[in-house]
Amino acid sequence: MAHIRNNISKWVTTIIMGALSIVFLVPLIWMLSSAFKFEKDVMRFPIQWIPDKINVIYNFKAVWMGRVPFTDFYLNSFKVSIITTLITLVISSMAAYALTKLRFRGRNMVFLALLSFMIIPDQATLIPRFMLIRWFGLYDTHAAIILTSMFSIYFTFLLRQFMNGINDEFIEAARMDGAGYVRIFASIMVPLCKPVLATVAIIKFIWTWNDYQNPLIFLLSRELYTIPLGMTLFRDDYTNNYAIMMMAALSAIVPLVIVFIALQRQVINGIALGGVKG
Amino acid sequence: MEAANMPAIAEKPIKRKFWSPRKKEAIIGWLFLAPEVIGMLLMNVFALGFSLYLSFSEWDLLSGISGVKFIGLDNYIKLTEDPTIVKALLNNLLYTVLTVPLPIALALVLAVLLHRNTFFKDYFKVAFFIPYISSIIAVAAVWSALFHPSLGPINQLLMDLGIGTPPKWLVDPKTSLLAVAIISSWAALGYTIIIYMAGLTNISDELYEAAEIDGATALQKFFRITIPMLRPTTFFLFVTMLIGSFKVFDIIAFLTQGGPNNSSTVLVFRIYEEGFKYYNMGYASAISWLLFAVIGIVTALTWKLQKDDV
Repeated sequence: MAHIRNNISKWVTTIIMGALSIVFLVPLIWMLSSAFKFEKDVMRFPIQWIPDKINVIYNFKAVWMGRVPFTDFYLNSFKVSIITTLITLVISSMAAYALTKLRFRGRNMVFLALLSFMIIPDQATLIPRFMLIRWFGLYDTHAAIILTSMFSIYFTFLLRQFMNGINDEFIEAARMDGAGYVRIFASIMVPLCKPVLATVAIIKFIWTWNDYQNPLIFLLSRELYTIPLGMTLFRDDYTNNYAIMMMAALSAIVPLVIVFIALQRQVINGIALGGVKG
Repeated sequence: MEAANMPAIAEKPIKRKFWSPRKKEAIIGWLFLAPEVIGMLLMNVFALGFSLYLSFSEWDLLSGISGVKFIGLDNYIKLTEDPTIVKALLNNLLYTVLTVPLPIALALVLAVLLHRNTFFKDYFKVAFFIPYISSIIAVAAVWSALFHPSLGPINQLLMDLGIGTPPKWLVDPKTSLLAVAIISSWAALGYTIIIYMAGLTNISDELYEAAEIDGATALQKFFRITIPMLRPTTFFLFVTMLIGSFKVFDIIAFLTQGGPNNSSTVLVFRIYEEGFKYYNMGYASAISWLLFAVIGIVTALTWKLQKDDV
């Protein structure tokens, strides 16, 4: 009896939560539906969730082949996000390896220094970072965004935590076989860290893809814009054309949602890992 | 450290290499750390030092580094007399009040319901998390249409419900910050839920079973077991979101540009405005240090509160 009652209460909460989750997602559902509509129907009230007149091809063309080069933004976002992610993986995993498996004087000092840097808000160093980029001659290049976002203490710590859990016996055994430090890193540590490296890669990719502040400050030329920055052009260029705006927003969100749904466990566990262990 | 010393001593008499194994390990160690350390020295140590120096100077960027003029405390004095800075600070505080406690409480309740009492847990995790991984700019674009003062669905609905003059949301000085807070709370809710759900898996079932045997009600279990056991998680979320709320920028830069009438301006937006619109690099640096100090003080206070409480 208790079991059945439990089950019923579980179904009731599931239904209530299901309804809540749909209400929660209404803005995105509205975006999706508006992206298919004629402009004059977008703001019609009551809302027509499934439009009877569909204008999706026109909207799609306006976004992807129109006067604001959305295709360029896409390619730029891919380029910047992939390069940044790869470099972050290399830098952070190298640092994490040194911090966990190599013993030398100054190691703990570096660790404490990195820990203390974590409290410095990015925004407080906006001006000097901008100056550095100008002095390097990188203003208005993608390299500027990559260079300023590729260092991540957060991911170094996440990897350090994971590497701490890797048994030293693996390393000792390899050393007996004559493997050097670099070999041990490349052929033992990296393969063993694959799951956490994948998590770091996905999260870093998402963050870089969505970054607005760095492109806003470092980019000037339209053809270099990434998607979030490109969205501002859409807003200014298609003022009050909400159907096209929603198609642009949809286009910006969809690839990430697909990546996320495909790799949800990794993303969610990665975020939770950072949260629970701090 | 001691363990590392042992083999080195044992190996000493055998043969002399150019680099002792210990030295070699140290060199390799530093090489592996080098990119991260150089990056951090550049982006943090140098950056902080340079911005401190700039904060005591006047500089318009265009005149080159030779144009930096030392002006002592003038920028900081200006800070105290600048009404937009006071406004930005107050807005930051208000934004924190709007975006931290309520979303945390809401996420806690939702996480508890999802954790124990629902089927399709994975669906719910994904559903609540989608806004968080979506570009905040794209999300803000959607909400700016929803919040449209005369045509937007939100106000149409409010008028339908008999509210004659609904707020103008983003374009009304009275509600602009509230509208921004609603959007960012909505986008961040999934993150808070996920962190709470991770925290909930760490609470042992035995605690609940023991409580059930003693005849505890669901509410009693929630207040006597769940909330106390989740304290570390709540504290973590509180600190993270508190610090995050002082860094808010993207959504304000995209939606309101601090307006109308500075009604939604915040410290980071003021840094951006002074530095990248008016090229007052010195003054912008002084605001940066104010931001840094505010975040430092707030973090220290919460840690102290947490300590005193235990």
